[in-house]
Amino acid sequence: MKKKLLISFVIMASLVLGASIGMAKDLTIGLKGEPTSLDPHFHNVTQNNQMALWVFDKLILQDHHQKLYPGLAESWEPVSNTVWEFHLRKGVTFHDGSPFTAEDMKYTIERIPNVPNSPSSFSGAVGAITEVEIVDPYTVRIHTAEPAPLMPRNFASFTVVSKKAAEGKGTEDFNSGVACIGTGPYKLVEWARGDKIVYERNDDYWGVKPEWEKIIVRPISNDGTRVAALQAGDVDLINFVPPSDVKHLKAAKNIVLSQSPSTRLIYLHLDSDRDDSPMITDNDGNKIKNPLKDVRVRKAISKAINREAIAARIMDGLAIPAAQMLPAGYEGTSKTLKPEKYDPKAAKALLAEAGYPEGFKITIHGPNDRYVNDGDIAQAIAQMLTKVGIKTEVNTMPKAVYFGKASALEFSMMLLGWATDTGEHSNCVGALLHTYDKDKGFGAANRGRYSNPVVDEKLELALKTVDPAEHNKILIESVEAAMNDVGIVPIHFQVSVWGSKKGLAYNGRTDGYTLPHEIVSQ
Amino acid sequence: MLAFLIRRITQSAVVLLVMSVLVFVGVYYIGNPIDILIAPDATPAEYARAVSEFGLDKPLWEQYFIFLKGALHGNFGNSFVYNEPALKIIFDRLPATLELAFTAMFMAVFLGIPLGMIAGIQHDNWIGRNIMRFSILGFSLPTFWVGLMLIIIFSVHLGWLPSGGRGEPVEFLGMHFSFLSWKGLSYLILPASNLALFKTSLAIRLSRAGVQENLQMDYVKFARAKGLSNTRIIGLHVMKNIMIPVVTVLGMEFGNLIAFAVVTETIFAWPGMGKLVIDSIGVLDRPIIVAYLLITVTMFILINLIVDIMYSVLDPRVRLGDER
Repeated sequence: MKKKLLISFVIMASLVLGASIGMAKDLTIGLKGEPTSLDPHFHNVTQNNQMALWVFDKLILQDHHQKLYPGLAESWEPVSNTVWEFHLRKGVTFHDGSPFTAEDMKYTIERIPNVPNSPSSFSGAVGAITEVEIVDPYTVRIHTAEPAPLMPRNFASFTVVSKKAAEGKGTEDFNSGVACIGTGPYKLVEWARGDKIVYERNDDYWGVKPEWEKIIVRPISNDGTRVAALQAGDVDLINFVPPSDVKHLKAAKNIVLSQSPSTRLIYLHLDSDRDDSPMITDNDGNKIKNPLKDVRVRKAISKAINREAIAARIMDGLAIPAAQMLPAGYEGTSKTLKPEKYDPKAAKALLAEAGYPEGFKITIHGPNDRYVNDGDIAQAIAQMLTKVGIKTEVNTMPKAVYFGKASALEFSMMLLGWATDTGEHSNCVGALLHTYDKDKGFGAANRGRYSNPVVDEKLELALKTVDPAEHNKILIESVEAAMNDVGIVPIHFQVSVWGSKKGLAYNGRTDGYTLPHEIVSQ
Repeated sequence: MLAFLIRRITQSAVVLLVMSVLVFVGVYYIGNPIDILIAPDATPAEYARAVSEFGLDKPLWEQYFIFLKGALHGNFGNSFVYNEPALKIIFDRLPATLELAFTAMFMAVFLGIPLGMIAGIQHDNWIGRNIMRFSILGFSLPTFWVGLMLIIIFSVHLGWLPSGGRGEPVEFLGMHFSFLSWKGLSYLILPASNLALFKTSLAIRLSRAGVQENLQMDYVKFARAKGLSNTRIIGLHVMKNIMIPVVTVLGMEFGNLIAFAVVTETIFAWPGMGKLVIDSIGVLDRPIIVAYLLITVTMFILINLIVDIMYSVLDPRVRLGDER
């Protein structure tokens, strides 16, 4: 027994020695999520889109505040109301050495709607395109039937693959690495699903050459384990530091935290269209006409919520009270909208004015495994509403159950989140606040079925206005109309936190992406 | 023996069929995977396209028969999330789980049984009492808590062992294993210990009880009277007799190790199939869930069979014919 112990100590000691002799320019990153696929057009979700940017480039890139800047396209401009012209960057090569040309761009646009079995595609970004015209190998004209002011934004959402490497190949060939050939800062070396993804630097990258020669990504979904891995020095950087760990990590000497506001909005959707809402009764449990149809009731709910308290207590300071669907400074954001002030007295007065002096009963539904502290936020909101007389019960459930029920309109008041990856306001207005319209493709996520003709009209007009200043002006009018009518109740924007070992710096990004070429040593 | 096997296989086929129906209906009723998978700003038309591409617009019975037809040809469908055959995805993860489970089992058997026997023989002194204290702790501490404690002590504070992941598994016979290199072993120690803790305690209790019971028996007294050495009595005769319940229980527990290593796998970011199935349940990836559960059921059936056969080897009085 003693001998065994001695041997195991010797083994451990040698392991420790072995581990400390590492390459200086390697970087190990612990990420909360793992991509479902390395095919950049297969599944439009954050963790896939983030990793796609390591290997591939977009025509137009987004900086850490989601402002657009030239990627594979050096410049772009509308030539007419329905034609955009893109000038491509010369001298860019794919990882296999072949040059990037207009053919690759055309191939990518045509591939996007045709990826088999894609659970969520990028076809929305290219759906309006009627023709991709190659003028010369570095000039492309995009034709649309209708004016498409958002084309540059759309082109900042998907990455460009190599025609030579991807033609005739499927999603599994991207996963194995055969077709995973991009122009990006890193080349894929290996993907051991569930365990790690290994990248090596692309020394021929057209942009700023990244600092790290080799990157190893480890998916660590458990929050506690991810933090422990950073503390133990097994990984150099992690994303999604849970708010509850921020305090003790700040006190740690060898760890640096960085944070960035995100576009992830947490909001309430209110069932505001039908007369009979499933989860609302009067105080005695009898059915009543849906009070949420009345804007005064919606306003009262908004005033009853203490956003500062939620941000401070429940989110440990890692949330920013919200007034609209994007933080200030983004395209289409109003400068006049301010987060609703906590005012329970005014809320009670509004309820009385609307004919509910004694309030009513409602159930708030929410997921409990989707957003940061989602279950706790729902609890807090319920208490705040109960305080002004709306007796609120809480029902939270796993996301697998929740979203289906929410889409089937089984709830009256629901806690949801929305991240505007495009970084401009028409995306969320169209999906959350425009009247549900299956044929036109609006209101897909409008689970409260909010409807306001002014909002609809302004948004549709903005979507046809190519002139940027005019487009923005009409869009802001649409946002203000919706928010003043309390189409949704915005709560807060989440703040994302990264942790790294001392000596590394990462600015963070509003889209929450972790990009290795933006990580630098100090 | 042959009749026994044939009957077992027929029974198993029925169990698998019933299981597949239950799982299929269950997942169907939880919700629609598209609601979780699709980009939130997808238009209703895109939503409808995704639904029809996965065949989710067909009635449930039709979806089931399509599945059944494929399953009979060994095709459990493509994962909704990964777009690769469900079986391939699971079998890619299987070696990692098996390695973890076998190591944990190895620890449970080669630590638990000797410790239990010592505790049984020395039940009235401090050694035996401490072994029993350890087993009580092993039974009552929750796995996730012990896992996090192991990480905090051995990775964060002492820095001896890695906090998670699988390191650089060595390729052998087309599969990857960690235990073939010292470095790989260092990644295996903590999760395997965490997983082994409960089973070790179980083995200690079973073998201690067995030893205490057997030491009272006439054959032990007779052997002592004949002048056999204590080592021989305990190491051979008693050992053989206590193995029967231990093999039965640990056999069943081994199935549990493989099927439900999920807590340990999640805490140690171990890329096994337990973690895969939890992720799949989170997004209602039906082909993976169904295939995984059917594989698990098959595994339990096989383990039961092996336990029965080992039983008859250990105790020749047990016959496999199940005549009644």
